[in-house]
Amino acid sequence: MRRFALIAVPYLWLLALFLVPFVIVLKISLSDSALAIPPYLPTLDLKAGWSGITEFFSQLDFENFVWLTEDDLYWKAYLSSLKIALVSTVLTLAVGFPIAYGMARAPQHWRATLLLLVILPFWTSFLIRVYSWMGILSQEGYLNQFLMGIGLINEPLIILNTNVAVYIGIVYTYLPFMILPIYSALEKLDESLLEAAEDLGCSRMSAFWLVTVPLSKQGIIAGSFLVFIPTLGEFVIPSLLGGSKTLMIGKILWEEFFSNRDWPVASAVAVILLLILVIPIILFQRNEQKQREAEG
Amino acid sequence: MKKTLITLTTTVALGAMAAHAEEVRVYNWSDYIDEDLLGKFEEETGIKLIYDVFDSNEVLETKMLAGGSGYDVVVPSGTFLQRQITAGAFQKLDMAQLSNKGNMWDAIEARTAKYDPDNAYSINYMWGTTGIGVNVGKVQEALGADAPIDSLALVFDPANMEKLADCGVHLLDAPAEIIPAALAYIGEDPDSHDKDVIAKVEPILTAVRPYIQKFHSSEYINALANGDICVAIGWSGDILQARDRAAEAENGVEIAYSAPSEGALMWFDQMAIPVDAPNPEAAHKFLNFIMDAQNMADASNYVYYANGNLASQPLLEEDVIGDPAIYPNDETIKNLYTTTPYPQKVQRVVTRMWTKIKSGT
Repeated sequence: MRRFALIAVPYLWLLALFLVPFVIVLKISLSDSALAIPPYLPTLDLKAGWSGITEFFSQLDFENFVWLTEDDLYWKAYLSSLKIALVSTVLTLAVGFPIAYGMARAPQHWRATLLLLVILPFWTSFLIRVYSWMGILSQEGYLNQFLMGIGLINEPLIILNTNVAVYIGIVYTYLPFMILPIYSALEKLDESLLEAAEDLGCSRMSAFWLVTVPLSKQGIIAGSFLVFIPTLGEFVIPSLLGGSKTLMIGKILWEEFFSNRDWPVASAVAVILLLILVIPIILFQRNEQKQREAEG
Repeated sequence: MKKTLITLTTTVALGAMAAHAEEVRVYNWSDYIDEDLLGKFEEETGIKLIYDVFDSNEVLETKMLAGGSGYDVVVPSGTFLQRQITAGAFQKLDMAQLSNKGNMWDAIEARTAKYDPDNAYSINYMWGTTGIGVNVGKVQEALGADAPIDSLALVFDPANMEKLADCGVHLLDAPAEIIPAALAYIGEDPDSHDKDVIAKVEPILTAVRPYIQKFHSSEYINALANGDICVAIGWSGDILQARDRAAEAENGVEIAYSAPSEGALMWFDQMAIPVDAPNPEAAHKFLNFIMDAQNMADASNYVYYANGNLASQPLLEEDVIGDPAIYPNDETIKNLYTTTPYPQKVQRVVTRMWTKIKSGT
């Protein structure tokens, strides 16, 4: 009984916060848009009893999904989102790994402080932090003022409203999600393994690649998924820092929803996005499980 | 649109009110009222006023069509109002509760009846035109003293735009405003719903796209005033606000607004009460308060938009009522046009074209 309750709690959680919303979105994606409140048809009329339910299901169709294949905008936006998410993940890893490595190598009594420094920015609202980047990166912003002040450049760099700004924003925002799992993997690393490698004639560099990196693999994988998955559907960062040329699926969703008032197509876009995300999420779960088994 | 993410929530708290005080929730455009009026309403009626703002009709419309917005008074523009009335989003006004209705201006009501027959669902708050705001000094520097600052050629002719690109050009991120302007520029009917006619706009906008810094519907006020940009297609009052902010800052920036000589879009922002408003009675009180001649005059004197209230006109300041950019004279009024909402199928074509123009995809 106790075992049952233990399993039931997470499943109830999944049911309430994932499955139910998903079914609602899926249902809307099979409807037709209409000028009404809510702006789609059909709506389920339970009062009509069984005939109401069959009537409802007979009106659902996959028309909106067909529509998504007919216009190249959608797959271009999915591809562009995938590309931005991949590049951001690699960049975040490149920045995050050395930080995590430095933290794990720091003297024991420093680590708590360093860890706090990584987490500290979360105490400020995410939106305000992204807005601050607008102030830093804009044409008259701090970065350009500084670079022109020290005479490195004569003309202000145009960074804001480009993809570069989007990458900066994403790397900055998701960095802690990369650092923390890598740090936790590196911290557990047995240093005698590195000494052994060196005793056996390994240079420090190759010991790093042959011992440290493989042993922190789980952390790298976990961090990469934690960055990749939310970045794929990211809306706030590209819309604040990106220009109108930054094509991401989150923005397309916004346009379908707000400009076209087409909730069914917007829902279809969301369902496809979720299907794309299912693969990395499953891989992530597998990785977590492997890790648990290895530790167990 | 970006501003919608952080829709500033201005909550005017009134200390003297009891905890269970009556409330009215108003959802209006950003930078669109003299905030002293909010306190005045609370004082006069004892109703707690919760005042939120938005900067795009699309955001408001989505809230209306989702239902249960919790707002008592909202302010859609004419074409959006018309569509939302059809969707059943608003309730008919109870004229018995609106004793100030007689203050309204029949000339404006005749025009808004196009969107809201008999003005049964809404009252006019403000109206204005969509036109061109320029930083006079910078534009003349780029294009010479005879720069066509009152012509749409300024932004739709690539030869001009090429020279203006460096000092910055913003366009409203609103296809329903920019497409009619481009149609007027090429001499087509700005209110055309014909897909083939609308398609003629695409090459025009694509040709000038490389020179447009940004499509945005509120950032241009500050950008113009600070001298960050030199041309914006925007709403009349917003550009006049930029003009005044620049004058106050004494930063040497001189902003001018003109309704384009090829014709300018005339729009109306209408106050209406959602069908599921929690407190329709207080909503009527708010509408009646707004229709008071003095209150409406205060609002117009503050935001530099013309209003639909005839009785308020003697109370308007000279730089409002006497400015043809705000209250167009008979000459200019002939040059103004209005638009009607796109049907759903055309809307999709329009949005798609807009995305293509903006993103190149």
